[in-house]
Amino acid sequence: MADMKIQIKNLYKIFGQRPKSVLKHVQDGMSKTELLEKHGHVLGLKDINIDIPAKGVSVIMGLSGSGKSTLIRHINRLIEPTAGEMIVDGEDVLAMGKNKLRDFRRHKASMVFQKFGLHVHRTVAENAAYGLVVQGVKLEEAKKQSQKWVERVGLAGFEDHYPAQLSGGMQQRVGLARALATDAEILLMDEAFSALDPLIRTDMQDVLLGLQDELHKTIVFITHDLDEALRIGDSIAILRDGAVIQQGDPQDIIMHPADDYIVDFIQDINRGRVIRLRTLMDKGTSVEGPSLDQSLNLEEALQVVSNAPGKAANVIDGSGATIGSINLEQVIAGLSRPDVVTNPEARYR
Amino acid sequence: MAWYDFFTTVPEMERQGLRDLKKTIDGSFRDFSREFGESLENFFDPVLFFLVWLEKLLLATPWPIIILIVAGLAWLGSRSIWIVVGSILSFLAIAYLGMWEDTMSTLAIISVATTLCLVIGIPLGILMARSDRLQAMITPVLDIMQTIPAFVYLIPVVMLLGIGKVPGLISVCIYAIPPIVRLTNLGIRLVEKEALEAADAFGANYFQRLFGVQIPLALPNIFAGINQTIMMALSMVVIASMIGVAGLGVPVLRSISNQYLALGLMNGLAIVALAIIFDRVTQSYGARLQKHRHGENHG
Repeated sequence: MADMKIQIKNLYKIFGQRPKSVLKHVQDGMSKTELLEKHGHVLGLKDINIDIPAKGVSVIMGLSGSGKSTLIRHINRLIEPTAGEMIVDGEDVLAMGKNKLRDFRRHKASMVFQKFGLHVHRTVAENAAYGLVVQGVKLEEAKKQSQKWVERVGLAGFEDHYPAQLSGGMQQRVGLARALATDAEILLMDEAFSALDPLIRTDMQDVLLGLQDELHKTIVFITHDLDEALRIGDSIAILRDGAVIQQGDPQDIIMHPADDYIVDFIQDINRGRVIRLRTLMDKGTSVEGPSLDQSLNLEEALQVVSNAPGKAANVIDGSGATIGSINLEQVIAGLSRPDVVTNPEARYR
Repeated sequence: MAWYDFFTTVPEMERQGLRDLKKTIDGSFRDFSREFGESLENFFDPVLFFLVWLEKLLLATPWPIIILIVAGLAWLGSRSIWIVVGSILSFLAIAYLGMWEDTMSTLAIISVATTLCLVIGIPLGILMARSDRLQAMITPVLDIMQTIPAFVYLIPVVMLLGIGKVPGLISVCIYAIPPIVRLTNLGIRLVEKEALEAADAFGANYFQRLFGVQIPLALPNIFAGINQTIMMALSMVVIASMIGVAGLGVPVLRSISNQYLALGLMNGLAIVALAIIFDRVTQSYGARLQKHRHGENHG
């Protein structure tokens, strides 16, 4: 893969009076419940190791309480860790002094929040310009610079409105414009679309994907919604009880779930829309038949494959070269769900 | 001695000891005021100078101009024609009923006292919002300032500074400063976490957070504090007149000792009129600052 933009190494976060003193227990493998009962400390994050490649969308997902929002706040150090390293472009954010950290937040990483975090006393234009104003740019100049982002997220004409006059979806567009206006290479999105209606959420995902095609930022996206994760993520890390239980290519997670928890998790997804041909194809083979792009999903490919005389098709990459083949049986097998393995004692729902 | 004596007699310090204790406290405070009274007075000289200057200015200004200024300020603050008309009528009535000069004196001391309270109170509230420990220290002091009878703290103030405008000003401030400190503190503490987190995430420093986010979002509460401070300062006018502050309190005091009902009522109502004008103007100004909070044409 490409070079690693952000490397999270052995990150621990324990909430409580004296977290350092109980760190040893956690490192020795004490569980979250035991830690709370015996020492009165809450385990937030446990031995997190994630590499986030540059210019991609990395999704961190988990249910509420899994520590995902805590984790993303460690990247720009809104939360101090108990132990570990957060290497961004070769530099440990956690070792930065006050001024250096401020510069990091101003220029390198900007953030979009679940509840928008807009300033209700500023207009749309002023909110969008906020990151620049904090950098020291004069308000008028900052507004001019951020205007293109206000337009890009579809808020032209609303510059002088206050956030309270906008709908949730529009408010989050302001949040997005504000984050983009600083030209930071890293975009941290903390459940950015979770507070929105399903339709508007899909809308905003499209906006984000459209922007990403153009901007190629390093995006860290937090969500509890698997469909959203699969839709926008180039890679996914799944968090449970403060620990990463599986990370990698979304296709890989669906095809080879690491444990029962993840099997349960992926049970309800629409496999036909999520699984892509490149995941199921026989690599390096070719057949007599039509050619399909590797990024098509099963639903899109099913009709073509079943109409093909040999009930099979070639899979091609972006340049048109055949990279493998797929037949109808494989497509149908791909659509079938894995067996449910819900452990009756599982407590994560 | 019967066995139940313990329950019927209150454990009391013996008289001699008690008298000595009081004497010691009085004596040491008297020594303190002899030692530092004069330098304290000098310290307050600029305030006194400003107060006297403002009072003279108000008295020397022709009455129609004062009424015009009052009406103009009322309009700037409230943008309500009713409040402007009400203010003009009140001031005309005050003038007609012979209370103009006292009213100008009262306006002068209220303005100076309020300014002083805000200059000290708002920064104090900001500091208090920053540290829980400071809040725990200042809150009981504010409680005392608000509940101790005004007459009690008049004693040391008069012992230190004698009778006059400055001690009057100080006692007005002691009474009137708690609301602005409390409400500034409260307002800043109530600022939404998300708004502050966003400021942090974009790398705002302390002053950018304070002046860009905390104070603007705390303004409704700060304005309620300013309003309360003005109201409390006005209500101290009568008591302050006991230690030699000129103004509407003086005739009220005179009418208490001489049973002049009409005089007392008129001057009392003049204080009420000032209070209502100040209140309405500051309230509607505060509300106007907050217009952005209420969403119109949602969606």
